[in-house]
Parts: sequence; C-alpha cells; structure tokens
Amino acid sequence: MIGAEAIVKCLEEEGVKYVFGYPGVAICPFYNSILDSDIRTILVRTEQNAAHSASGVARLTDKPGVCAVTSGPGATNIITGIATAYADSIPLVVITGQVNSELLGSDVFQEADITGAVESFVKYSYLVRNVEDIPRIFKEAFYISNSGRKGPVLIDIPFDIQNSTIKKFDYPETVNLRTYKPTIKGNSAQIKKVIKELSKAKKPIICIGGGVQLGNAEEVVLDFAEKHGIPMVTTMMGIGTIPTNHPLHFGMVGNNGKPYANKAMNESDVLLMVGARVADRAVSQPDLITKNKILIHIDVDPAEIGKNAVSSIPLVGDCKNIFEDLAKETLNMDCSEWLGTLIQYKKDLKVVRHPNTDFVDPEKFITDLTNKMENDSVYVADVGQNQIFSCAYAQIKDGRFLTSGGMGTMGYSIPAALGAKLAKPERQVVAVCGDGSFQMSMMELATFRQHNIQAKIIVFNNSYLGMVREYQHYAYKDNYSVVNLDGSPNLEKLVSAYDFDYLRLENNKNSAKIIDKFLKDKNNVLLEVMIDPMDLVK
Amino acid sequence: MQTKVFQVLADNTSGVLSRIAGLFSRRGYNIDSITAGVTADPRYSRVTIVTSGSADVLEQIEKQLSKLVDVKTVMELAPDDSVYRELALVKVKVTPEERQSIIAITDIFRGKIVDVAPECLIIEITGGIEKIDKFLELLNGHEILELARTGMAALSRGIENVTYLP
Repeated sequence: MIGAEAIVKCLEEEGVKYVFGYPGVAICPFYNSILDSDIRTILVRTEQNAAHSASGVARLTDKPGVCAVTSGPGATNIITGIATAYADSIPLVVITGQVNSELLGSDVFQEADITGAVESFVKYSYLVRNVEDIPRIFKEAFYISNSGRKGPVLIDIPFDIQNSTIKKFDYPETVNLRTYKPTIKGNSAQIKKVIKELSKAKKPIICIGGGVQLGNAEEVVLDFAEKHGIPMVTTMMGIGTIPTNHPLHFGMVGNNGKPYANKAMNESDVLLMVGARVADRAVSQPDLITKNKILIHIDVDPAEIGKNAVSSIPLVGDCKNIFEDLAKETLNMDCSEWLGTLIQYKKDLKVVRHPNTDFVDPEKFITDLTNKMENDSVYVADVGQNQIFSCAYAQIKDGRFLTSGGMGTMGYSIPAALGAKLAKPERQVVAVCGDGSFQMSMMELATFRQHNIQAKIIVFNNSYLGMVREYQHYAYKDNYSVVNLDGSPNLEKLVSAYDFDYLRLENNKNSAKIIDKFLKDKNNVLLEVMIDPMDLVK
Repeated sequence: MQTKVFQVLADNTSGVLSRIAGLFSRRGYNIDSITAGVTADPRYSRVTIVTSGSADVLEQIEKQLSKLVDVKTVMELAPDDSVYRELALVKVKVTPEERQSIIAITDIFRGKIVDVAPECLIIEITGGIEKIDKFLELLNGHEILELARTGMAALSRGIENVTYLP
C-alpha cells in the first residue's frame, strides 16, 4: 500500500462519501487511488468552490466536508473557502498536494507554503513528513475539525510521500492528543448560578448563535425556552435553528436585523448568549448588552467569552450538554408580561416597505417562495442585499438556512447548495444569490450538469453590487464607484448553454405561478428575479 | 498597560513556535520577549513570553494561547511567586585605562569577562531584567559595540510544578 492509498483508506474509515476538488500533478497519486473507492469525486470549476461545497456537506451531515486540491495555485485558490469555513466554524478536512519533500523550500514549480499561508484560517494544519504518520494524522484531523469549536484542518502531503510504501496501515480507534482537550461539560457551579439568575429574571431572552446548530442543540434549547416561556432572538448564523413563525421567536438581531429583536435584547434583564460570538454585525454596541443586565455567555470556545463583551456568568462547554444540565434543574419563572411587551414591540416596530411595483418586491417574493418550499428544505443565501433580504423574510420551517455569515464571502450559495443537495438529495435545496455573487460562482453550473446534481438557483438581478451601492448611497451621497454591473451576460442564453431551464419574474404579478413552476421543475433551473436597482435593505 | 509573564507548555513539534509567535502578530499583541526550549520531558517545549497590554488584552492572550491545539497549559508567572532570569552578552569597546573600571563594575554585578581582545571585552551577565538594565546603564559612557539579550526564562517558586502527563 502506498501513501495515496492509505489516504483513501482513512477517508473510507471516516465514512467520507464525497471529495470535492481539482487535480494537478502534486495530488495525482491520491486521485489515482480514489478510483478504486466508492467515494464519489466531484470536479468543481475552481478550488474555492470545493471548500464551499464541502461546507454544504458538513452543515447538513454534521461530519467534516472533505476537499482535495493540488499544490501551489490549487492550494492558494482554496484559501478563501477555508477562511469562510473558519469564520463560521464549519468542519472541513482539506487535503493539498505538495512538491517532493526534498524540494520543499526551493521555490520549484507550483510550490506554495500552504500550511504557513493558511495558519490564521485553520484550526490546525499538518505537513506530512513520513508516510507512516498518515493514519494518525487523518484520525486527528477529523477529530480536531469536528470537536470543540469546529473548523477547517489542512493536511499538506508531498508527492513523494503519497507514492511511498507504507509498511503498516492501522487506523487508530481513538485519538491521543496530549494538548487538545475541549471542554464539553459546563461547570456545575456556573449552571446553578444561571438557574438562580433566571429564576429572578423578569425579562429574560435567549440569543441563539450558529453554535446551537453546530452543537446539535436545537431541540434542547427550544425545549428549555418553550418549557419556561423564554423569548428568543437569533444571530445571522442562528437563523433556521427555530422555526421563523415560532411564537417565542423575535427575529434576527444586529444592524441588519429586526428593530424589535435588538430592542428585546437591549431591554432584557437576563441575556443568554448561546453559541454566539457577540460579533460586530450582530451586536454593534456591546455595552448595551452588558448594561443593566446579567449576560450569561455559553460557548464551547472560552476565548469568545469576554472577547467583545464582558459577561456576568461565563459558561464554557458544549451547548447541548449544558442545556441538558440546565433542564435537570428546578426552575420556576413567568415571562408572560415580558412576552406581551415583545409582541407589542413586534407590531409597533414592524418595518413597512414601499416597493416599486415595476419590479419584484424582495419581501413578498422571499416570503412567498419560502412558504411554498417544502418543510425540510434548505435555503442557501449568498452575500449582499440578497442575503439581508433573505435573512429578513425567509420563512424557515423545519429546514435549514445556510449562508456565509462571518466572512461574507460572495459566491458561497451556489457551490454550498451543490454540496447540500449532494448530501441530502431528497431535500429541496435552493440557492439565492445576486447578479454579482452569481458571476463569482457561475462556473459551477457545469458541475451540477456533469454530476447530475439538481440545481435550483435564483438570481436577484438589480444590475448593481447592491450592498456596496447602498453603502455609497448613504456614505457618499450617491457617488457610485465601481458598483455598476453593466456587461453582465444574458442569463437565459447563458444557462441554456448548460441545458438549464430558465424562468424570469419581472414584477409581483404571476409570482405564485412562476415560483410553483420553479419549485416543481425536475430539470436544473435558474430563476431570474428583477429587483429595483435602487432598492435598499434599510 | 500591564506586563505579564506567561509560561506556555506546548508539544515539542515543528512549527509550534511559529504558531505561537504568529498568534501574537496576527492579533496585534505585543511580545516584549520570547524564549523557548525543551523541558525535562522531551515531548514538551516551554515557551516563556513577556507581554504587555490592557487587562482585557492580557486575558485574551491567555485564552488564545490556550486554544492552540499544540498548547497544553498556559500559566501566568507572577513576579512575587516566580524567579525571572535573563542572560546578556555585552561587547564593550575599551581603552587600557578603562579596562579596570569595567572589570570592577562587572564584578559588582557578578558578571564574567568571557572574551578579551586588545580593544574590547565581552561580558556575560545574568539576572532579572532590571539588573541587566541597571548594568547597561552603568556602562554608560563606554561604547557598547554589540549586545545580545536572550529574553526572559522563568520558573515558579516552590514545590508546585506543571505536570507533563499524560
């Protein structure tokens, strides 16, 4: 057995079903060995999208997504995808080919110091020096990537190591990492304190971050909130954790969130931050969430607690484990008056839009679309105005809402939807992007076609980089600079080249019929939605 | 601004020092000095970092260091409970007339003359950071040709020790 075969064996041992990537000479031994495996290989059209597709798989299967690319430009191209996963704590195992060991550091053809380059965007990285280390390194990589605060791990493997004979292949059953022991169980004294504060609380609120889904704690958190009638808000990464129309749900917080969600969070007397970073876009003024209130911060990453806001009760651990412990405690509380106040806020602070009827109103369109989507469907939002509209109006039932929240990487939705659909072919998966983000990832239409993965893509066309235009509208008084997308392709012609069906929606008329047609289409389909170029998210 | 000394026990693997140093530059933390060497258990390295910042920043430094996969423990070595030492090699230009006075100062600081050349001396001195600073101050007026300071090594006082196992 050679190193490359050992790598494939490791992936099989880990139950990996798909590898996304782009070969080059330095990773060819691996791509040759994987031909003998049942693992499905997906050739993406640029390396960045291999990481996004793997992210789609990871987010729907709770297992690390896997990609494999070549050395040099292959490796550097995937960095944005790795950084995107890192910012959202998505587990990935990224394999990169590397030049021969004895040539390392000599700047030969397609050599890049990738472990050095990604150091600040990975949870950990390995450069394999000895073929015998492959089983241990892969075992560790999968474990590190998918435990504690999840994240990408990169394994760089020189060409000669992939071709060396491995004497003994023994896939370890357990990992033995002396220095890495993530905290799972919450401190029991802190848990008692949380219960004590909650029992005194008159205006408690739970803010759900992406960590709740990453920790598979959706049910326990929801049960806890329902049992005690505690209202909830979410961050962008927390959308979809609880159904949008849940009576205790008061929307997304942040500068692009609902005004009543922010008001609820700021006025609360006990705020439970769960699996959320208190990042700048979610909480622009950290002092508001610490002033006059008890901030209970629950996170698996101790470094996130106290980083942006000083908490009264820090509680480190896995949120599922912690909420299971919280549920065991006796707690009596009555939040009905507070709930009444929040329901009133929701009515009073509802934002009323005045859409231009010549175009499609994003609010109506996204609301109708998501109401018609299947219960467990997956909505993949891109980045830009389309993302903010999606966050504001998508009605998520029992499904998922995926987006690039931390890094805000344009072009995420199409490759991520590809990964999601591949992982869950029985579920309806819809990617919603803008005309800017579409053109950053449209090369992947071929990947859907080549691998028979059903594509349902919606492009919001406003002929602008809308989010930047909106910023220039406010900050530079409509002095638009480099945001006009004139020159964009005719999408009907473009997608026909890939054998996609094409649908178009000019305004709100016929919207229901077109949405039905789009959702029922068995073929690959792209729906172009015309949006007022001057529309604003705020 | 406060100064703190952190003792970091990390896996003795390649790249560990660059991961630790990279964390400081990436997040904009200060390194006043950093030293690294293998411990009594060869599987681990001890990295001693002198750093300064606000209380919040120092707390983040401790947490971010602890978060590194290769790092086993991070401990603050408080001045009252620890021994701090640094070694400095100082190459001083001397005339025959000055030589005696420099040797006298070196003796007072329990330093050693480790190399003598017709026009210069190399002095080896160990001690706390203040002692070395003070010594250099007393050499004022003499031309220091070269100076090499190792950065601080430190251990906590008493029987307490960091456990290596498992």
